[in-house]
Amino acid sequence: MVPEWCINVREVQSGKNSSNSREVSPVISRREVTLFSTLAEKLQGVFRKLKGKGKLGEKDVDLALREIRLALLEADVNYKVVRDFVSSIRERALGAKVLKSLTPGQQVVKIVHEDLAGLMGEKQSKLVPAHSGGPQVIMLAGLQGSGKTTTAAKLALHLKKNNHNPLLVAADVYRPAAIKQLEIMGEEVGVAVFSRGKDDPVKIGLWALKKAAREGNDYVILDTAGRLHLDAELMAELGNLKKELNPGEILLVVDAMTGQDAVNVAEAFHQKLGLTGVVLTKLDGDTRGGAALSVKAVTNCPIKFVGVGEKVDAFEPFHPDRMASRILGMGDVLTLIEKAQQVVDEEKSIALEKKIRSQALTLEDFLDQLQQIKQMGPLENLLEMVPGFNRANKQLKNLSLSDKQILKVEAVINSMTREERLRPEIINSSRRRRISQGSGTTVQDVNRLIKQFGQMKKVLKQFSSLEKGKMKSPKGLFPF
Amino acid sequence: MLARIKKGLGKTRDAFKHKFENLFGGREINQEFFDELEEILISADVGVETTMKIVELHRERLGVEKIRERSAARELLKRQLVEMLESNQQTALALAASPPTVYLILGVNGVGKTTAIAKIAYRFAQEGKKVLLAAGDTFRAAAIEQLDEWSRVVGAGIIKHQSGGDPSAVIYDALNAALARQADLLICDTAGRLHTKANLLEEVKKIFRVIQKLLPSAPHETLLVLDATTGQNGLSQAQYFQEAVPVSGLILTKLDGTARGGIVVAIKDRTDIPLKLIGIGEKKEDLEMFRAAEFVEALLA
Repeated sequence: MVPEWCINVREVQSGKNSSNSREVSPVISRREVTLFSTLAEKLQGVFRKLKGKGKLGEKDVDLALREIRLALLEADVNYKVVRDFVSSIRERALGAKVLKSLTPGQQVVKIVHEDLAGLMGEKQSKLVPAHSGGPQVIMLAGLQGSGKTTTAAKLALHLKKNNHNPLLVAADVYRPAAIKQLEIMGEEVGVAVFSRGKDDPVKIGLWALKKAAREGNDYVILDTAGRLHLDAELMAELGNLKKELNPGEILLVVDAMTGQDAVNVAEAFHQKLGLTGVVLTKLDGDTRGGAALSVKAVTNCPIKFVGVGEKVDAFEPFHPDRMASRILGMGDVLTLIEKAQQVVDEEKSIALEKKIRSQALTLEDFLDQLQQIKQMGPLENLLEMVPGFNRANKQLKNLSLSDKQILKVEAVINSMTREERLRPEIINSSRRRRISQGSGTTVQDVNRLIKQFGQMKKVLKQFSSLEKGKMKSPKGLFPF
Repeated sequence: MLARIKKGLGKTRDAFKHKFENLFGGREINQEFFDELEEILISADVGVETTMKIVELHRERLGVEKIRERSAARELLKRQLVEMLESNQQTALALAASPPTVYLILGVNGVGKTTAIAKIAYRFAQEGKKVLLAAGDTFRAAAIEQLDEWSRVVGAGIIKHQSGGDPSAVIYDALNAALARQADLLICDTAGRLHTKANLLEEVKKIFRVIQKLLPSAPHETLLVLDATTGQNGLSQAQYFQEAVPVSGLILTKLDGTARGGIVVAIKDRTDIPLKLIGIGEKKEDLEMFRAAEFVEALLA
């Protein structure tokens, strides 16, 4: 006998199930996506006919709002939140004067962007300060798999870096090996972990508080078990923890990939616990993160931190304006620029920007850029911040996704003469052979690089025409 | 399945209950009807594009079948969605012609891979099958311990290496062990990974190659685990993983919450990857075979 799930399976001779997709290898019927089908672009289409108008009319605004509504829904903002938001935007956008420097489409995006950022909190919100009367308790709560344990360790490291002395407490007594996980991560960040096996979480918390008071810890971070907001018993347990430990901070840990259900979860946790803030995790993927807005809308609690990777230091303060850009599909250009500014020679990059705009970019510049990029950290993290990149990525699939490939590209360019770098079109087949031999690569590698460089120039051109219309023209914009 | 979900959720779920019944409450079919239908689907995470497609098709079919009443429309809609979810679909799990059967489990972080593995193992072990688990998540802290604890609970063997080791090597050893010990089923755990990390997808490809090399007919299922609370990003997950290795089916976890998991409808529509199993709780018994009719009922309820 086998489980009922398998009973109907035809046992195929080869051992493969005939329905197994491997044999048919279905082509992913992915929507034909243009490189940068951002909201701003869509709106530009809507407003193309309206050039020269000084004010936004009702009809224009409604057309634009339709696109905005779709963009927000695609970003997983809860549909009720979208509805309220769109109707408030409508009032503000109607009759708004179109600034000289902006097209009507950009004007609407500007309003939407401002309001979105405003809704998610005007500015960064800080953690509750330590107090003199004993340790400050920070309690983490959330659904299973939202990332509480990792967040606990990251938060501990964050506090430690800011000269605090936190204690981690393993209060997830249900999930197998959860305690062990916190212990390992505590060791990794160099923060003590208090655990008492699978005892009652409230007791564990009280013991931990005593220990913290004794040993002079100024913060206590409580990692609780993941639970469904529907689970009355486990929700009551959190209520008891709150009552007994009196935490100064109760943070809901929310997976940034959460869909429409985010409002139900946040509402239920908030109702039961009175949350003080939110941590948004797994933002390093390609999710647009509309859950951020949903959660903010129902709890009115600030989003305090975001998790942006599996490493313990991949933890950042929340920036409402950047999140607004991301939700609208405009990419996290600001973070990228910030990173770039740390390593990029400003004068050089201004010159480069000019070159990009005038299409005069050469392989020489490209090499220069590669070297600067390498200083900015793992390439894939950077690329993910670029608007539309995840879509672009599929078209430019072979374009330097890994740092290994960068090395190869560098080798190829290094084997070119200066003239070849400036004018790649002169590279004929005998030059290609020489370059490949010189760089220890194949002629195909050289071909690919030249082809990709051409593609990249095209992409950058699209970028720069987009960027021209942006509200803030950031100085020294990095081309990637 | 549905009865159990409903029982598990009790009253609380009613608070979130949708107005599907009102929607099909016998009044005439007008634009408002289609708007409400759209809202129900979007609120279930079906996504804008697939929702539009469903609504348009529904509108057409209502015309063709000359349906004018909402109650009849309700039945038609259910039929339409079931057809969509079941088209060229094999929801049962594939078994090897001769053991061992090998399942490879993939997914982003925190979707419930390890728990889903334990539940599958439990079901097979209950039927007297010899089940082996491969602790392929060598990355996350205590992931091996987690699977180890589960293996004892569900009565399965486990092959593990040190934390931080090469996952392909663990799986290679596990497959050899499964062959040597004549296990019926080997389930390979892998580390959670975001689908946008190219190097981590390369690792998945390597694991897949290692399995195929040793046993060309395997893996007999490559299952992507998806959290029911996931929104539109689920589609991206399916597409990226599918690009790396041929994903044969989905496991939708955490359906015992208030999320309705509508993203699987979009995934089926756009990638044709079928849903095979659903997770409805934390206990080892809480995994069920996917049944389209019941799922659709819950999706719209």
